[in-house]
Amino acid sequence: MSEFKEIIVSTDKIHTDEYLVNMGPQHPSTHGVLRLLVRLEGEIVHNIQPHVGYIHSGIEKMCESISYPQVIHLTDRMDYLSAHMNNEAVALCIENALQVEVPDRVKYIRTIMDELSRLASHQLWWCVMGMDLGALTTFFYGLRDREHILDIFEETCGARMTLNYSVPGGVMFDIHPNFQKRVKDFLKEFKKKLPEYDQLLTGNVIFQERTNDIGYLSKEDAIAWGVTGPSGRGSGFSCDVRKHQPYSAYPLVKFEEKLDTKGDTFTRYRLRMEEMWESIHIIEQLIDNIPEGDYAVKMKGVVKLPEGEFYQRVETARGEFGVFIVSDGKKNPYRIKFRSPGFSNLFALNKMAAGHKIADLVAIMSTLDLVIPDIDR
Amino acid sequence: MTNEELQAYLTGKFSNAEVKTGKQYVEIVVKAEDLHETAVQLKKTPELSFDYLICLTGVDYPETMQIVYHIESVEHRHVAVLKVNTADRTDPKVDTVSDVWQTAKYHEREVYDLLGVKFNNHPDLRRLFLDDSWGFPLRKDYKDEVRIVER
Repeated sequence: MSEFKEIIVSTDKIHTDEYLVNMGPQHPSTHGVLRLLVRLEGEIVHNIQPHVGYIHSGIEKMCESISYPQVIHLTDRMDYLSAHMNNEAVALCIENALQVEVPDRVKYIRTIMDELSRLASHQLWWCVMGMDLGALTTFFYGLRDREHILDIFEETCGARMTLNYSVPGGVMFDIHPNFQKRVKDFLKEFKKKLPEYDQLLTGNVIFQERTNDIGYLSKEDAIAWGVTGPSGRGSGFSCDVRKHQPYSAYPLVKFEEKLDTKGDTFTRYRLRMEEMWESIHIIEQLIDNIPEGDYAVKMKGVVKLPEGEFYQRVETARGEFGVFIVSDGKKNPYRIKFRSPGFSNLFALNKMAAGHKIADLVAIMSTLDLVIPDIDR
Repeated sequence: MTNEELQAYLTGKFSNAEVKTGKQYVEIVVKAEDLHETAVQLKKTPELSFDYLICLTGVDYPETMQIVYHIESVEHRHVAVLKVNTADRTDPKVDTVSDVWQTAKYHEREVYDLLGVKFNNHPDLRRLFLDDSWGFPLRKDYKDEVRIVER
């Protein structure tokens, strides 16, 4: 026993240095090409310096030489899991600038598509989160259910992910005759599947141990770092654009902004799970009441915005997405800026993960739900 | 506060700034040397408490490089746009606001990377996306040698 004590005492005297490890740009948990320069002492993370730009595609510069309807195509490629919300943001911005009032039918269709996109995005986030923490089963469950939503998208507009469905003045095509039935069938099935998700992952002891009280972000920090979406709401930052600056059919539906002040990894996880239920409620309120009418208003062949600056905010699955258009009256924007939620969320990572183990970093990053093209643009 | 109330309050509060009605939000245009103090006041004044920086970006106009800040108050839920016109378009310099709104640290790095705006007192002003050998692509006089943008 005394010998053993000596060993313990001697380990205290071992000199440990801080060292740097590159996590990424090819690392499964970064979900794309992102490099984190991690300063470690043993297994403890001291500091994280994210390095971005590996897939910077110059979308903002490209937009300056193309027409407004073409801009919408490029927005799919940023946050490809919230493609429809990004499309809608640009479409809404153009409609506000031209003071075009879209028919009610368009508002309903857009909102249903928004919420279906949010469900699909959260499903993928959930299954990948499980996989990041070593539970491969979730991956198959999530992808199985997401497939139904992608099939609905495909039938509606011909694309599964890069939808390009919202256009200035409405949507590109009317909904398929099967649309309402398929959505209702899917919701009925998915409501049975969601409790299964909880059984698989939420209540799991290992999962709980790895997420509870890990990666704390205070409300002040969430606001200061601009962390929006479920990640920000997990810290008590009320930032749901659907509530505060409602657009499309959101003023017509009843839903709750899920908020919690605990601010740890598990809270961010739980809020996303609850948001899926809210999305289901929103779709249920709208799906049977889609008004008759046109699916788009007739716009001029060449869309030209009046001179001035226009800003539109929408809520994507990751947080607040903004489009800032500066127009000089021509058919292409003078300057366009996309405020992507992932960009601001990523840089708060150091605040959350410093002081935790490197394995916790993976869990924390997972609840930020990063999409790298959204950050790099 | 509504936009009208906000405009009236801001006009009284900031005598050296130009407060005007924008298309959607109230706009506050300040000189580069007043920027930091105005930002601090916008955040610290309890009636305003603009604590959430939504978006920070730059626009290259023919005569000036303009930096645009979209700010919101979480408590009061009003939004305003803060604008600063730099004196020199080719070598623009403004003070950093990263000590007021932390998220500005990386948004400013992006603006520096793509527009070449130097932020005084920035803790870590390096390029974010691109290599040092690139020009500043979002400037209007940028030569697109690899013909990525214009075909």
